[in-house]
Parts: sequence; structure tokens; C-alpha cells
Amino acid sequence: MSTTTPRTLAEPAPPEAPEHRPPRRRPPVRWQRVLGWAALVVILLITLFPFYWMLRTAFSDNRALAAQADNLLPADFTLDAFRRVFGLTTLEESLAQGGAGGRIDFWLYLRNSVVVATSITVGQVFFSAMAAFAFARLHWRGRDTVFAVFLSALMVPGIFTAIPNFVLMKELGLLNTFPALVLPTFFMTPFAVFFVRQFLLGVPRELEEAAMLDGAGHARVFLRIMLPMASAPITTLAVLTYIAAWNEYFWPLLVGQSEDVRVLTVALGIFRSQTPQGSPDWSGLMAATLVAALPIVLLFVALGKRIVSSIGFTGIK
Amino acid sequence: MTVATPPAPPGTDRRRPPPRPRRRGDLGAAVLFLVPATIGFVVFYLVPAVRGAWFSLTDYAVLAPGSFVGLENYRRLAADPQFWNAMGVTAYYVVINIVVQTLLAIALAVLLQRMTRSILVRGIALLPYFVANVVVALVWYFMLDYQIGVVNVLLGYVGVDAQAFFGDPALAIPTIALINVWRHLGYTALLLFAGLQTISPQVYEAAAIDGASAWRQFRSITLPLLRPVLALVLVVTVTGSFQVFDTVAVTTGGGPVDATRVVYLYIYDLAFAQLDFGYASAISVVLFVVLLVVAIVQLRLLRANESDNA
Repeated sequence: MSTTTPRTLAEPAPPEAPEHRPPRRRPPVRWQRVLGWAALVVILLITLFPFYWMLRTAFSDNRALAAQADNLLPADFTLDAFRRVFGLTTLEESLAQGGAGGRIDFWLYLRNSVVVATSITVGQVFFSAMAAFAFARLHWRGRDTVFAVFLSALMVPGIFTAIPNFVLMKELGLLNTFPALVLPTFFMTPFAVFFVRQFLLGVPRELEEAAMLDGAGHARVFLRIMLPMASAPITTLAVLTYIAAWNEYFWPLLVGQSEDVRVLTVALGIFRSQTPQGSPDWSGLMAATLVAALPIVLLFVALGKRIVSSIGFTGIK
Repeated sequence: MTVATPPAPPGTDRRRPPPRPRRRGDLGAAVLFLVPATIGFVVFYLVPAVRGAWFSLTDYAVLAPGSFVGLENYRRLAADPQFWNAMGVTAYYVVINIVVQTLLAIALAVLLQRMTRSILVRGIALLPYFVANVVVALVWYFMLDYQIGVVNVLLGYVGVDAQAFFGDPALAIPTIALINVWRHLGYTALLLFAGLQTISPQVYEAAAIDGASAWRQFRSITLPLLRPVLALVLVVTVTGSFQVFDTVAVTTGGGPVDATRVVYLYIYDLAFAQLDFGYASAISVVLFVVLLVVAIVQLRLLRANESDNA
């Protein structure tokens, strides 16, 4: 990975030379476009269908699912699945509705996911931005070497450090606490540092120098000039970090099984394993996955444009 | 791992600031700015990496302090059929996952480039990537259920018998591989799409004037010019693919009869079910080395082809 100038996607096509070609050349073979669109539509349908099916099943009566397996609408529309998932039913009611009967409270897991993802995002983005400032705008010996060492952590598979990190959390007595869930990604990730540094490298020198002439120190330059200027990429990074933290399964599974810190992904895994083999609580399971997916889908709908344009490699060679 | 590009800052495209006129370095300030990130790096990356390598040379088991056993764990894994099964299953998964995903992603990227500039279309394609693995796995687990899964219902309409997608050892790994293709397809396609955007339209126009067909243009222009980006995409996706865990853990849990016991899951079971931390660490060291070698080989191939894009 290197440091070519970042580029945005979706650039407008360069203006065409007007002279040499007939105006508005029609696409020579129309059926190719038709086929192309057909393929695209099929792909988009396959992409969207599982989301719809999750929604449809979450609003279904679990006992009616088997008889209406091919019903495109909810089978006997009901909110019972959500009641079970949020722990609003008694054990008897739950069993009568075709639920698993295990104790579940997705409000609590939702809260835990919000706490964990928010803490990780705030810490990681701010501290990584500080580090990125030191790597991009300050001048000191060994800077690029230290940066390369930081980046090398990108290559390490998660499980390699997860085992010792688990042992560390155990030694510190932090198992099944929020700090255990948050700390490993609270201070930095190599990607976050890389991402912000990439932007800060291109900020014009003049702004900084003007501020320095006015007597501003590095902290002031960072807080008053760099952070505001980098607010767009930092927002993108924050969204990506939040989503990654929200979706993480492996680390919370290791250190956050107990109910008061259990996040949604772990709760889903437990819900799935509790569900009896013969007659699973499918509608409850789909309601639970909906609870886990919906905040991210909404976030994506709200900020999707920015995220979509940010996907791309940062230059090659 | 996410790969994304921050938007270009306004005003300049300078790569790095010119050396500042002042003599004095900013070492003091740099140290202060780096304190939190360095704590995070040292405590949660560097020390654990060293410690993990050390564990792999001991019989550490959390409850009892481990003692040094030299290369015993590595000797053990070389003779462990479960380990080789896990590596084989993982390799099988990676091959199916990467081949299908890459071919489809190239097709989708080209389609996106030729058909539409719509952000909405690209957003929809990207959506599955931002939903948790666990969610994706469970939704497909339901849709592929033997009894009432909608996919089996549809298969029934066209006269195909219901399939036990997760219960049949021959189908389980391909099924899980394809579920993850569904999740990563749009993301991979958008990375390639970004690469396609860098190919100058004039090249295509020249080819069109020479009467090259769409397929010919794809073979002779798109693929060669895309190859460096493709290689980087492959490094990222292959590395991620080797680390498959979530999908397997919440669907088959390794079964039927170890048919889906991928290496991540095997390490997880060794460490956290059997508390055999030393041995689990040795396997994760091997996994790390395998990933490094695979990445280096891929980057070598990229370098060899760099002249394509010169």
C-alpha cells in the first residue's frame, strides 16, 4: 500500500472531443444493453431478497410458517416474534407461540451493542487521528519506519493476537466487562491511522503555517485546523468503524458471553444454538436478526452515498 | 479488512508537505500525539504477537502455568489428522469462495461501469457487506432450511429434490462459501469498479473505432489494465477468506463430521473448549505464516505484471 494521491470515484466523464464523431452515436447493439440490465436486475434482486425474507418472516406466526413456506407475505401477520425477542412474553406464552422458551432480552443486547460500538468508535477515531497527525504533519526521525511498523499489524490474523489478548483480559480480571470488549480496538487500528494519514498528507501547508505564525501550537493546529478540514473523511471512518464494531462476533464471543455485556451478534449465536432442532423459532430468529441489522441498514441508507464513494484502493505501486 | 479511500483534500494534490524551514524537529509533539495509539499498538498487537509466538513453544493451558516444550506443538500438528483436515477444508472453502466471487465481481464491475452511474445501484450492491456475518449466516440458514427453506421450495417447483445444504458433507462447504460470496460480491465489485474508472475512455474509443467487439475490448483492454488492482483485491479477499469463522460457527459449528471444521474454528475449539492454548497458538502461527506466504506470492505475481499498466 502506498501514498498516491487519494482520488474520489464517480468523477464526471471527461468532455468529449466534439469534432470527429457523429453526435449521439447510438449504442450499436441494443440487445446487449437489455441483457446487461437483465443481469444487473437479477443480481440486485438476489441481493435484496434475503433482506425482504428476513422482514417477512419476522412478522410471521412461527406456527404458520411451515404450511406457508412459499407465501411471499408474512404468514399470519403478527408481532409476537418481536415480543418474544424483547422478552415481553412469559415462558408459557412463548412456548405456545412456537418460541424456544430460553430467556432472551434483545433490548439489553441492543444497548450493549450501542455502548460497545460507540466507545470503540469515539476512542479509535480520535486517537488514530492524533497518530495520523504525527505521521502526516510532524517531522521527526524514524517517522516512516514507525508508521511501517504500525501498518504491519494489518497482516496479522485476528486469532493470532486474540489468544494472548484473551489471556491478558483474564489476568486483568476484565472478562465479561465492557472494557474487555472495547480496549483492544479503542486506541488504534492500523487501518484507521492509515486512512486519516492519507487525507492529512494532502492538506495545504499554508493554513498550518499561518496558524503557527499566529502562535498556535501543534495541539491547536490539530484541533482547530486539521480535524475540521478532515471532518468528511473522519465521518466516513467513524461510520466504517462503528459498523465493524457492531458486526464483530469473534472477540465478543471470547470475552463477553455473560448477559449484562452480551452484544447482539453473540446473542444471535446463543439464540440460534438454544433453538430446538425439531421446530426452531424461525420467526423469532428472524426478528432478532432484524433488530441486529436494522440500525446498520439505517445508518447505511443515511450515509451510504459517502461510503459508496469512499470504496476504492488508494493508489497502487 | 476494509479498504477505502478518503476523498482528496481540497486545494492541492501534493503528496507530502515540503520540508519545513525550521531546523528543530517535532519529536516532542509527535511523542505526545502518539501516546494513545502506541499504547494500543504495543499492548494489543505487539506484545500479544510475541506472547502468541511464545505460547506456541509451551504447553500453556490457562489454568496451569505452561512450561517450555520446544517445537513439540509443531511436531504434534504435523502428525495431527484434524489439523490437516482443517487446512484442507479451509483451502477448499477459499478456492470456491474466491473463484466464484472474483469472477462474479469482475462481471458486476464491468456491468456497473457500462450500464449506470447510479449511486443507488452501487449502494444496494454494497449493502450485504455492511450486515454482520452472523446475521447473513442466519438468514441464509433459514432460507436454505431442508424443511421450510424458501430455496428448497423453489427447487421443488422446478422438480429438484430438497437439499440438506448444511447437513450434507458434500454441500456444506460450497454452501457456506456461496453465502459469503453473496455478502462480499458488491464490495469486491466496487473495488474493481474503482480500478475500472482509472482506465481512460479514449482507449475504448480507439478500440471501438478499430471495430473491436465488446468481448475483445474486455479481453485486450479491461483485463490487462485491471490486473494490478485485481491482484491487490485478491490479496485482501484471500487473506480474509482464510479467516472464515462466524458463518461456520453459527450454522454448522464444524459438522457434519468435521466437513466444515475450518482452521479458525479448530483453533477456537482447541483454545477455548479444550484450553489447549499452547497447541492452538502453534496452529495460529502456522496460519499466520501461510497467509504471509500467500500474500507475498500474490504480490510477486502483481509485480511481474506491473508493466501492463505503465
